[in-house]
Amino acid sequence: MMIKLISIELFKIFSKPRTYIGFGAIIIIVLALEFGILLQGDNIMGIIIANIKDRFMFEGNIINLYLVSYVILNTLWVHVPILVALVAGDLLAGEANAGTFRLILTRPISRVKLVFAKFIAGWIYAVMLVILMAILSIGIGKILFGAGDLLVVTNKVNVFSSDDLLWRFAGAYAYGILSMTTVAALSFMLSSMADNSIGPIIGTVAGIVGITIISTVGASLLGPVNKYIFTSYLPSWQLFFQTDSGLASLGHAVLIQLIYIVGFMGITIWYFRKKDILS
Amino acid sequence: MDPYIEIHNLSKHYGPIKAVDDLSMKVLPGDIYGFLGPNGSGKSTTIRMMLSLIRPTSGQILLFGRDLATDRFKTLSRIGALIEKPDFYNYLSARKNLEILGKLSDISNLKTRVDEVLDIVGLVPRADSIVRTYSLGMKQRLGIAQALLHHPDLIVLDEPTNGLDPQGQKEIRDLIKSLNRDKNITILISSHILYEIEQIANRMIIIDRGKSLVEGNVQDLVNSQDRQVAFVLGDTTAALKLLDNTPWTARILKSNDERIYFKINKDEIPHLNTFLVENKMQIFAVEPVRSLEDFFLQITDDDKVN
Repeated sequence: MMIKLISIELFKIFSKPRTYIGFGAIIIIVLALEFGILLQGDNIMGIIIANIKDRFMFEGNIINLYLVSYVILNTLWVHVPILVALVAGDLLAGEANAGTFRLILTRPISRVKLVFAKFIAGWIYAVMLVILMAILSIGIGKILFGAGDLLVVTNKVNVFSSDDLLWRFAGAYAYGILSMTTVAALSFMLSSMADNSIGPIIGTVAGIVGITIISTVGASLLGPVNKYIFTSYLPSWQLFFQTDSGLASLGHAVLIQLIYIVGFMGITIWYFRKKDILS
Repeated sequence: MDPYIEIHNLSKHYGPIKAVDDLSMKVLPGDIYGFLGPNGSGKSTTIRMMLSLIRPTSGQILLFGRDLATDRFKTLSRIGALIEKPDFYNYLSARKNLEILGKLSDISNLKTRVDEVLDIVGLVPRADSIVRTYSLGMKQRLGIAQALLHHPDLIVLDEPTNGLDPQGQKEIRDLIKSLNRDKNITILISSHILYEIEQIANRMIIIDRGKSLVEGNVQDLVNSQDRQVAFVLGDTTAALKLLDNTPWTARILKSNDERIYFKINKDEIPHLNTFLVENKMQIFAVEPVRSLEDFFLQITDDDKVN
């Protein structure tokens, strides 16, 4: 029954035009960034390495597919949460808004199974967005820029050899999927409480942006609480492009994300099981 | 055989508001059961509780002799429902909507069954059109189609003719009667259109402000009350003179050039008729004026007074 429910939910998701906004947006963002870097990459790179070019000697293809993919990954926690919320926020609230709960919940199916089926279908959509982003950024990047070592300039300079990069990107994208699962779970939870999908979609985006601003601006005030807030870990895919000490922090980031996913889902199930369907 | 629906002391409270208040009712196999009440009387809330969309505050719902609270799947698999507006996935065709709902009900030979129910409700020619393009009448028929999909023993229809033109209302009523007669499906139909219940139901309940006012056989309930009857006469002036100083005069409500209106019991009508005929009055027609509508208004007014 579960597989049948998931396939029904996937069918519904992919029958809605709004679903394709996400795919279209990813394609446009990736292409815009890739061609932007192709045209303006040397200038941008010149600005980035301006302070260190006197102390380092750069050889080879610095603007390569890995650098481009790294830049594109930076957009992950900015754009993709909106696209994920667009679909996840509609999963339950959309049924309430359309009045179709009256059709499906009067049939002999479990509300808990329905919640899981909808979440899994939404999660599959989020995974597809991230995979599309990975394929496009690496695939087109390879055609336009070719391979090379990756130069990552943060508060220090890390250089990763091209033969040490594929697993790092795989890990970063996998972590990106985890982050987007947390976003989807938050949006899904809000969706269970609403009878209109606008609220959950805006609520998710506003929540993530708001919490991020508060935790950044008020970092000194929030202090130790900050390390338990999930938004602090949305960009933790960057740990894959740091030294070993960075990777050591990954376990904590993954754990926090998982706790939030379980928490959001737990609240969703608890709320939806006892929810009166009045729409 | 167990009643198909047996509700005991059902209540639903939203804070201080009692949407349904200690309601009990019984729907028997083979019934077309009218669930009558003014807007906001608690009909839809009751139906939603019957279908596990809303949790009761207290009370018990037995469907086919099983407790809905503990046996939800087995009971719901035998019920089809159309609640309030016929809402569907508007971006899908009627056929796709029915296929999705059929899968949820685990129907074998789904494609064949979808064609069958589309045929029953007369939607085959538009089966592959997007539901967004349907008229309200077509959506209502599609609503009945989805309720029939899994061969239910009982169909619950909440205001199924709401918003339809007279032709559409008649089509739905005919469809309901044929489902009951030809497919042996028990039907619970809620309505505030009293004429509708009088036309198709054999048993009914009237509720107001969440409470049951009266339950029983439609004809018995209507006939138990005094009714208004209009006698269409050749000479109403002569008839009024004749009736003067007889016990019938106290039963006259009003008169005009053609008609005299009486408030009398059904059994008294032939006696009055005989009296007039024996006294050489020309009677062209005897028209019933009293209807379920009057009965309904009388019942609900009495309740408000009490």
